[in-house]
Amino acid sequence: MRHIFALIVVGTLGLGLFYTLSHIPFGKGLSEVSKYYVENAIDKNDPHAGATNIVTDIVVLYRGFDTLGEVTVLFLAATGLSVFFFGLKKKEYTCEPSLIVKRGTGIIFPFILLLGVYIFVHGHLTPGGGFPGGVIIATGVLLIYLCCRDYKAPHSLFKVIEGSMGTLFVIVGLIGLIVGGSFLFNFLGAGKTGELVSAGIIPILYIVIGLKVGAELSGLVKDTMEDV
Amino acid sequence: MIYYIAGGGLFLIGLYILLVNRNLIKMIIGLGFMETGVNIIIIAFGYVKGKTAPILSTKELINNRQVVDPLPQALVLTAIVIGVAVTALALSMVVSYYKKRGSLNLSKNKELKW
Repeated sequence: MRHIFALIVVGTLGLGLFYTLSHIPFGKGLSEVSKYYVENAIDKNDPHAGATNIVTDIVVLYRGFDTLGEVTVLFLAATGLSVFFFGLKKKEYTCEPSLIVKRGTGIIFPFILLLGVYIFVHGHLTPGGGFPGGVIIATGVLLIYLCCRDYKAPHSLFKVIEGSMGTLFVIVGLIGLIVGGSFLFNFLGAGKTGELVSAGIIPILYIVIGLKVGAELSGLVKDTMEDV
Repeated sequence: MIYYIAGGGLFLIGLYILLVNRNLIKMIIGLGFMETGVNIIIIAFGYVKGKTAPILSTKELINNRQVVDPLPQALVLTAIVIGVAVTALALSMVVSYYKKRGSLNLSKNKELKW
């Protein structure tokens, strides 16, 4: 009975979806707003521009307020998860991790951190940015938990980084509000395109986001692996 | 067009999983399927035939700007992060539900029935 009902719902929705999608042109051209973004991506006169990576340009400058909300949602999820996991006994491991895992972690962990930092520092030039970089850093923390069963992560350090980076994001936005008249205004100018120090506040904000996401997800890993 | 079919198919498979299963972990897997399907559809909206990624890394690209639509990619970047947050929170809820009830099957929860 349940299967038939589900099939009817899925079929109806599928027909509707097919009807809608068949009316959307595929692979024809850019929308009007995207044309504006692409045309103004690298231009000395426009304060919004200067990044090689147009996606980063949109995410951090045009939709910077949305990104602030996104970071807040991630923070709320991490907080909610630690609330649910508070006082919960985690699983006891019966065997030690193998020698390969232990030695390999010692060798590879600094490089994972380096890759994470590289990805969020070069967010305005290459694919990547704050969120993937932070996730890669958290992967390194998870690897440490897998190799050392009784490792205790520095909880207060994560909280300090998280809080100060969140504040710094808002402060950068407020400086833009004072200097340029709008929240997250690019007050540093475009700079020389293609260089590491360019694109105004995008690298600053992406370093802030990368550290914040890295600390947040590391705290999330800590909550799931440790007895709180 | 194949991207629309793949994305819509993933969305519908996820919805079917969500409707049929009563196991909480499987329902969250269904949610993940739906999320991925929607992301693929949104990315496919921005596809333009014969153009490259929206990263102006060469002189030729800066002059010509033959790139695909960057806006759907920016939106999906946001959606992926939110998806991770939702999945993590949902799984933590499942853990605490299991500790309380001793079962992941929603049909065994009599308090949800009327």
